[in-house]
Order: sequence, then C-alpha cells, then structure tokens
Amino acid sequence: MDYIIEVMPFMLSGLKTTLWVFAVTAIFSIPLGVVVCLMRLSKIRIISFLTKIYILIMRGTPLMLQITFIFFGLPIMGIVLNREIAAAIAFILNYAAYFAEIFRGGINSIDEGQFEAAKVLKLSKATTYFGIILPQVIKIVFPSVANELITLVKDTALVYVLGLGDILRAAKTLSNKDASLVPLIIAGGAYLIIIGILTFVLRKIEDKFEYYR
Amino acid sequence: MLKIENLNKSFGDNHVLKDVNLDINKGEIVMITGESGVGKTTLIRCLCGLEEYDAGKVLFLEDGEESQNKSIGLVSQSFDLFPHFNVMKNITYALIKVKKYKKEDAVKKAKELVDLLGLSGLEDYYQYQLSGGQKQRVAIARALAMEPQYLCFDEPTSALDYKLRDSVGEIIKTVASRGTGVIVITHDREFARKYANRVYELGA
Repeated sequence: MDYIIEVMPFMLSGLKTTLWVFAVTAIFSIPLGVVVCLMRLSKIRIISFLTKIYILIMRGTPLMLQITFIFFGLPIMGIVLNREIAAAIAFILNYAAYFAEIFRGGINSIDEGQFEAAKVLKLSKATTYFGIILPQVIKIVFPSVANELITLVKDTALVYVLGLGDILRAAKTLSNKDASLVPLIIAGGAYLIIIGILTFVLRKIEDKFEYYR
Repeated sequence: MLKIENLNKSFGDNHVLKDVNLDINKGEIVMITGESGVGKTTLIRCLCGLEEYDAGKVLFLEDGEESQNKSIGLVSQSFDLFPHFNVMKNITYALIKVKKYKKEDAVKKAKELVDLLGLSGLEDYYQYQLSGGQKQRVAIARALAMEPQYLCFDEPTSALDYKLRDSVGEIIKTVASRGTGVIVITHDREFARKYANRVYELGA
C-alpha cells in the first residue's frame, strides 16, 4: 500500500498525458473526419482522389511511424514542432481517416429515397445534410465510433516514441526500476476504469438514439 | 396546366422515354399505365426534378403563360418518410425550413391535413410504428403541406391490400377536388378506370 502511494504521483502525471492525448484527438479528429468524409465523397475528382491517397496512407502505415515521421521528419522540411503538438497532429490525422471511412459507410447506408424526398420537398442541401441525413448517420455510425474511441484510449500509449510519459510508460519505468508488477497492474486498472466510464457514457448517448428505428 | 412536350430520356443505349406528350390540368386525375420498363417511374422522376431529361420540355403553365410556381410533390412507392421525425415533424419540417412558417402555423396547417387524411392520434408516432397505409397517408400529408400544384403518386396501390385500395383512391379524388393536378402511375387497370379522369398508356 505504501508503495502504491509512493508511485501514485508519477503514475498520475502519466495518466494526465494519456487523458489529454485522448481528449484532444477525440475532439478534433471527429469533426475533421466529417470534413475528410465529405471530401472523399466530393464529385470533384481531384479532391476525392487526393483524399483517397490520404486515407490510404493514414490507414496503411503504422501510427507509430506517422508520429515519428511528423516529429523527426518534418523538421527536415523546416517545420519544427514540439513533442506534444507533433503527437496530437499525428493522432488527429490518423483517427480522422478512420472516422471519415466510418462516416462514409454511414452516409452510403442511407437510402437514396431520403435524399430524393428532401429534394422534392425543396429542402436546401445544407438542411438535407444537417437535418435529414446527418442525424440518421450519427445513429448508424455511433457504435463504430465508440469502438474507435475505446481503441484510442489504448493507442495513446504510442506517444512514448516521442519521449512523452503516458501512464503505460510511467508504469514500465517504475516496474523496471523497482522490479515490481504493481505499477503495471495499476496502469491496467486505470485503463479499465477510463474505458469503463467511457463505455458507460457512450452507451447512454447511444440510448438517446433509440427513440426510432 | 402541366405540359409535357416531346420528352426524351435515355439511360445509355436504353431509350426509355420517346417523345412523350401529355397535359395534366389542375384538379384532374391522370393515370399512367404501361408495361414494366416503359419508363413510368422515369417520367414522374423527370417531372419532379429527380432525373434530368435529354430533350423536350416540362412546362408549368398558368393561363397559357409559363408560371413561376413550379411546385410539384411526390408520393414515392417507398414513401421515404424521415424515420427520425415523428408524423407531425415529417409534415411540418419543410413548411418551417422552406416556406419559413412559424412552428405554430405549420402545426396548425399539419393538423388540418392530419384530420383530412385520418391520421388523428398518430401525430407523435414514428414511421416504424405505422402500417403501410398510414405511412402512405403521412407521405401524402407531407407532400400536400407544401401546397403543390401537382402531385405524383408512384404505384400507390402496390403496397396496400385490396381493402385499402379504395381508400387511397378516395384520397386521390379528394386531393384533386382541392384543385391539385394528380398524376398516378399504376399497374392496376381497374383502379385506373375507377378513379382516373384520363388514362395515359405509356409506350403504346
């Protein structure tokens, strides 16, 4: 018990890193994912094509490589970023690609009749998207988005490649130093608690969409 | 009058609509019959702006002059109600968003249509809670709320059992009696004979 109290401050500072990487990525990658999705669906060929390439790269290479590249590779082109910003950018760009594809699947699953009904009723494009299509897409994609968010909590551990101390890195450091498994168990417990809370919150939000089928 | 002049439409090599000429007067019920694949649905999709046509004209005429009011409604075969809106919101949404009605005014107008179409008590229902006939009547109410000059029905009897066929026929008559020109696609020749002012055989 004394040991747990002793290592707590270090573990908590790691937890803070884990939580901010998660929060920043979740907040920015979802809206960016919507934009990327609309670009991917664009009728302008070049935009759709470039977006496809972007999605291919983001999903086709390891996130760890992307983080490393943005931090160590961009300075070669004269773009120098601090570790936190580099990590955040890599996570946001990566997750936006996944979210974009989830949203695309959602939009494609909406019956063409919904768009046509809206068109005959003379609803504007914006009203059609934001009033008719998007609410239905959100319901459809929500479970997949929730899944991604849960994966994201665990992916945050990858920031260690930039020397950022997340909770898993803190645990490993302590575990090596003190030859103890306790820090790893604490870290595991922390992940479980975060994901438990997240699952509960997401479930509550999902229930809100249950009013129609 | 809705005047269709020499309308042509092809999908690739398939020349679906060949020089279609048809007039629909306000208050009139015109039923369009024809074999499967002659382009009945394509024709009304062209009228409703859901399909571009290759040649010809669709004119909305008022005393022989082209009218600014090109309003036309559609009750599609699958009704396409908005599943995330209840019956009331399905009917009022476009009124509020497009015609800029105040919510109370839109609800008042919707209430009249709800009564007209026998949907009282279903205002708070969602489409998954409705029967096929009820969904159809909501789709009709939604279209009528926009006060279209013309209203198209795509196979209105196909999803209904025999008993309900006559009730939708009566609704169509009511719609026409309010001054709307009604264009109905149907396979059902008996239904056409019974309710149409005119039957147009497409592809004949």
